[in-house]
Amino acid sequence: MKCQQCAKTSTMQITEIHGDNDFEEFHLCDDCAQKYLYAVAPKKKKIPEIVDPLTEKHCDQCGTKFIDFRNSGRLGCPHDYDVFLTELIPLLENIHGGLRHTGKTPRSRPTQKLRQQEMARLREDLQTAIHAEAYEDAARLRDRLRELEGD
Amino acid sequence: MNLDRLLDHLGEWLRGTGPESDVVVSTRIRLARNLAGLPFTNRASPHQKAEVESRLREAIESLDLNHPLRYVGMTEISTVDRQFLVERQLVSRELATVLEGPRGVAFDERESVSIMINEEDQLRMQSMRSGFDLDAAWNTIDQIDDLVESKVEYAFSDEFGYLTACPTNVGTGMRASVMLHLPALGLTKQIEKAFKALQKINLVVRGLYGEGSRALGDFYQISNQITLGKSEAAALNDIRAVISEVIRYERLARSTLMREARQSFQDKVARALGTLQSSIMMTSEETMELLSAVRLGVHLKMLGDLSLTSLNELFIQTQPAHLQKLMGVPLDGEERNAARARHLKHKLRSIGAE
Repeated sequence: MKCQQCAKTSTMQITEIHGDNDFEEFHLCDDCAQKYLYAVAPKKKKIPEIVDPLTEKHCDQCGTKFIDFRNSGRLGCPHDYDVFLTELIPLLENIHGGLRHTGKTPRSRPTQKLRQQEMARLREDLQTAIHAEAYEDAARLRDRLRELEGD
Repeated sequence: MNLDRLLDHLGEWLRGTGPESDVVVSTRIRLARNLAGLPFTNRASPHQKAEVESRLREAIESLDLNHPLRYVGMTEISTVDRQFLVERQLVSRELATVLEGPRGVAFDERESVSIMINEEDQLRMQSMRSGFDLDAAWNTIDQIDDLVESKVEYAFSDEFGYLTACPTNVGTGMRASVMLHLPALGLTKQIEKAFKALQKINLVVRGLYGEGSRALGDFYQISNQITLGKSEAAALNDIRAVISEVIRYERLARSTLMREARQSFQDKVARALGTLQSSIMMTSEETMELLSAVRLGVHLKMLGDLSLTSLNELFIQTQPAHLQKLMGVPLDGEERNAARARHLKHKLRSIGAE
């Protein structure tokens, strides 16, 4: 069979499907087939803006987005280690091989932890007291919280 | 603060003494720390940086130490003075030239402890020792860390340890670096082989002035890379084992050199000294390369009159900022090369090197 476009022998059969039971057949030589395919090749689909949840995720304390970290290699604040925990774990494993700190601990760590726990509990109690309109209790709790914050 | 008085002294790391000082120049351990509840330096506003600076400065200056630490703000000193502190290894190039805003360094008169504020991490505390002395360096910085920690609250998590701006430092925040002088391994072309082995066990090799710097004059820094999942003691033991091996290799290469190529090596040392004594122009790179050869000559007892201390003096005084401070005027590149050559000639004559 001859190429439908030129005098050369046809080597390719191209079936263009337009829809159900609607198709066209072309018999073309190599060169013409190339031209045809390039000409009708669907334009690269515009890639929709991929909103990668990862790059959008950000720290509510310092505002750092994960993409910022990816670009700069620096985190924005200590809280980022909680916010980006899932993303950081493979990275940390890759860099260090280990994932759990086994070294030195601040000496004041135990008291610090107790203080943080007590503060969390006081904040909850304060909310409850305010809801219950127990203002005397609330004031007492607030003062205690201030004391702890000042430490 | 007037930094000129440092000019006449050698910092701790250049004292030229300490264990294994024929191969190991110095040992340095740094800890990275940040304050709880505040953004890291790269996210901090100028106001927050100022707050961090004043809180930490106050804490550091009030530490009860035998050798108190004095603070120098980077914004209060000239460009030459900042470069001067970089050359003395009291501050990082980053702190001196890249970072902005309130930042600085506190150090003691012996220059054996330096604490940078508002570097990549809010605190970069390091202790220096001449020679190979990981234990002494660790004990000092561990103690200072405890003292600082009694005054401020660090960002710390039970899981990840001390929290740092870059995850490569999280955990112990500790980087131990040992600076080695390995001319014989360089001459006998065994250095690449030795360093390949190091990379396999997670140690990093760098040039004289840290990250990204070229290995000038056969000086190399070897440091640990892992900070999470390994205790300080374990990391120090790893590095101790490796350095001991490298020291052994270097000494072996030196004795081979003396046995098999004594004359050509003597010739190399003599030419290096001759060039240092008689040049009209001299770059700092060339100075380092030549001093490296002379240094090996001193270790191998080829140059009786010359001491390691004098060599270390030449080494530090011929660096750009030191030279400009010594001359008392700013000098451009060409002028520096001429001044450097003059200084070397004069100094080598006065210490009677033949």
